[in-house]
Amino acid sequence: MALKTSEESGSPAAIARKHGSRIVAIWFILSLIIDLVVWFVWGPHMPPGDMTTTAAGQQFDFKVLTVMSVPVLLMVWVYGAYVIINFRDRGDHADGYYVKGNRKSQGLWYAATAVLVLFLAGFGTYELVVPAGAGVGEGPSPIWKPASTAHMLQVQVIAQQWRFTYRWPQFGGMETTSLVLPVNTEIQFNVTSLDVIHDFWAYQLGVKADANPEDNNVAYTKTQQTGRFVVRCDELCGIWHGAMYNYGNVVSQNAFYQWATNMEAQNASLTKLLPKYSTVYVPNDNVAGGQYFNG
Amino acid sequence: MAIDMSQSTGVGQSGGAGGSSAARWFARGNIFTATLFGAGGWFFGHWWGNVIAGHYTSVQNSGTNDVSWLLGAIFAVVAWFIGLGALNHPIAKLWGGEAPMAEKKQKYSIMEYFSYSTDHKVVGIQYLFAMLMYFFVAGLLALGIRTELLSPTYHIWGPDTYIEIVGEHGTMMMMMMTSIIMGPFGNFLVPLMIGSKRMAFPRLEAASFWFTVPAFFFLLSALWQGGFQSGWTGYAPLSIQGGVGQDAYLFSFTLMALSMLAASTNMVATIINYRAPGMRWSRLSVLTWGMITTAFTMILSVPVLIDGLYVMGMDRAVQTSMLYGQHGGSPFLWENLFWFFGHPEVYLLALPGFAITTEILPVFARKPVFALKTSIAGMIGVATLSFFVWQHHLFNSGMNPDMRPLFMLSTELISIPTGFLYLVGMGTVWRGRLRFNVPMLFMLAVFFNFLWGGITGVYNSDVPVDALIHGSFFVMAHFHFTIMGQLMFAVFGAIYYYTPLFFGIKLSEKLGKIHFWTMFVAFNSTFLPLFIVGWLGQPRRVFEYAARLQTLNQWVSISAYVLGLSLAFFVVTFIWQLVVTRPKSEPNPWDSRGLEWQVGIPVPKDNFDRIPVILSSPYEYGNPNAGPMADLSPTVASVGSDA
Repeated sequence: MALKTSEESGSPAAIARKHGSRIVAIWFILSLIIDLVVWFVWGPHMPPGDMTTTAAGQQFDFKVLTVMSVPVLLMVWVYGAYVIINFRDRGDHADGYYVKGNRKSQGLWYAATAVLVLFLAGFGTYELVVPAGAGVGEGPSPIWKPASTAHMLQVQVIAQQWRFTYRWPQFGGMETTSLVLPVNTEIQFNVTSLDVIHDFWAYQLGVKADANPEDNNVAYTKTQQTGRFVVRCDELCGIWHGAMYNYGNVVSQNAFYQWATNMEAQNASLTKLLPKYSTVYVPNDNVAGGQYFNG
Repeated sequence: MAIDMSQSTGVGQSGGAGGSSAARWFARGNIFTATLFGAGGWFFGHWWGNVIAGHYTSVQNSGTNDVSWLLGAIFAVVAWFIGLGALNHPIAKLWGGEAPMAEKKQKYSIMEYFSYSTDHKVVGIQYLFAMLMYFFVAGLLALGIRTELLSPTYHIWGPDTYIEIVGEHGTMMMMMMTSIIMGPFGNFLVPLMIGSKRMAFPRLEAASFWFTVPAFFFLLSALWQGGFQSGWTGYAPLSIQGGVGQDAYLFSFTLMALSMLAASTNMVATIINYRAPGMRWSRLSVLTWGMITTAFTMILSVPVLIDGLYVMGMDRAVQTSMLYGQHGGSPFLWENLFWFFGHPEVYLLALPGFAITTEILPVFARKPVFALKTSIAGMIGVATLSFFVWQHHLFNSGMNPDMRPLFMLSTELISIPTGFLYLVGMGTVWRGRLRFNVPMLFMLAVFFNFLWGGITGVYNSDVPVDALIHGSFFVMAHFHFTIMGQLMFAVFGAIYYYTPLFFGIKLSEKLGKIHFWTMFVAFNSTFLPLFIVGWLGQPRRVFEYAARLQTLNQWVSISAYVLGLSLAFFVVTFIWQLVVTRPKSEPNPWDSRGLEWQVGIPVPKDNFDRIPVILSSPYEYGNPNAGPMADLSPTVASVGSDA
């Protein structure tokens, strides 16, 4: 549908309307089709799934942002393709149409981008505050907490070069190397590090919090499905950063309490040797072999 | 051996101009004397550091002496500059003399390019080759990374070598990108575009280039000294833990920071003070606007980097404990200092890319820049907002959660001024007569690539989504689209566009199109799948990943090899045409109105016989009533009429 622009006549406004209406029509139809596909077909399968409330929240937000991005991408592509096809040099080395600005289209652009951006900021803030921090580490004194903290399971994540260990203050302060969680439970992660900065990223749980030395970083989530999840370190922490991962499971509440009480009993003799449970641990280099004290 | 400091041998002067003091090459400042002096400085500093700090408990415990490494490096660089002859002028001044500026010449000997030249056109070409050297070496390192990632477990490099290569690639690229437009194109073109015969501070300009050379070699040397494990972000306390390779990181980064400060100071002073009569701010070319906004951003943000690196150096060398906890410091200090520089930095990579794209687009669309003031407002807006977004790198850090909505808002606001680039670009091509020469193809690709980078930037700024993709390959793909997809494509377009002016040759359209299409397809094929890889849970900087991601990673690696071949094709064809075939160019091959194209090829030694009088905007394409942009041989009357 290449037009002979060199022979185009009529007022600039009429020409703009002619080309503009075609571009808008193509853009609108394509955007509508692709957005529907994104929302209904692709959206429910987007990572990281819906094992927890925060994972589901991240999935939803990703879907919303994608639905909003598609029309923007298509606007530039459709416009660009139209221009490249129709407004090319015809071999006569002529100059283009002399115009240095257009108050209406510029104004529309400013308004549209401002509305889009303010909506996104509002949406992002809502999605951050309402689901209690969206699974992100909130530091030692979190400001967005779950509505009910009565039956919350506390898990401490201790990162060090190059492994994660977990401590359970509600189970005698025992320490385990694997992470097992009960389903349908509010969980509070207290993330800390013994050496450099790490990051606790439980992918399918939708939780991510930096593990800072001598600092407690709190993140919340609520499990809603059973299954296996992976924990990876997500902040460069040295040579074996790439190998710093392990796996965990969300299991039924009964299975969890069975596992936890078994572990507590098994580990009782070792738990006695550990420093007392604390939100942070301070290394003491003066003792041979190193030792950790409560902060 | 002594450097000839007699008055007649000015900085970078190749001597013999007046026939009076034909100092031999080894007695003039050049790269050979500089290297010799630098090596001497290194051994002196290193020895002295061992004398001073050899008995420190930290040195005795760890077996590495960061004091001696850093002193060696500092003395090496100072001696390097003495060897280049950089101090001849200040010392002559102290003695009450006045070393004259080196005579500019129409045609330089090859040696001129290896000396402390104060001619902005020489500096531009020096920068071009040096920055391309950075780019291609760092690019080879990237291929090393992709080779490792062919398999989900480590197989080629050990984990230590792998992480060294990752850090080296990132740091080298980030250092180079700050200067790849301002260095070659800013230095060469700004005086031509504003109608000036010279830069405001040519010696500062020369210094800015000669910092980048030791920076490159010190950074590269880290690979032979155990490397640095901290990546280009250098998070403490990991960066305090590392060996002397970490000193190489912080020292070379500091040199590059000094180079940025020198270059941007010169740029600001030149653009404000050296504009020709009639060169109003409204007639300034977009590239010049890009340079001045970038330079201001650098001047305000780079000192923070220097402070941060200084703190890191002190913590490592003499245990000042500012960046680690045991004695009152905090790792958060480094995170804040680093990103307070680091986020303005990524925009000062993007701004020159925007500027050069907007500069070149109208020439090939044959139309004026659409909404010129909007494009300038966009650049100023990006530069200003860039100081208020740094904590979006730290959404998961546990720092002040209250501020997250604010940083989310400020980050998303920045997409308004970056969106102006699209408004301006789309308006400029509307009803144009597009000419699809090689530079134009690269400019159109900038819009295509940056769209991916820009839109995914919104994902990163949204805190809940950032919780998913922070630190993953998604982020890595995002900034490769904004930096390589936007900035490097703009750079290659600019190289094809400006070679007639730089070297008097016009690169082949046919070879250029082969380069463009292979690079464009391979680039997108390399980095688009990485969004998916990161989204599916692969963190950055890992050598082990989930087996289910192997197919995608192999696809990416193979695309990266094709991208590498495409760039190798550019290197070979570029050098072949530059050295062997030298296809001669007409004076203004693209029919540009820009002042820089009106002076003829090759550019005369003083740029202009007389300071021109600027009569109109450089972008009046399609205006039948537009006269030339400038009067190149003005009389007294014409100066008066405009003023």
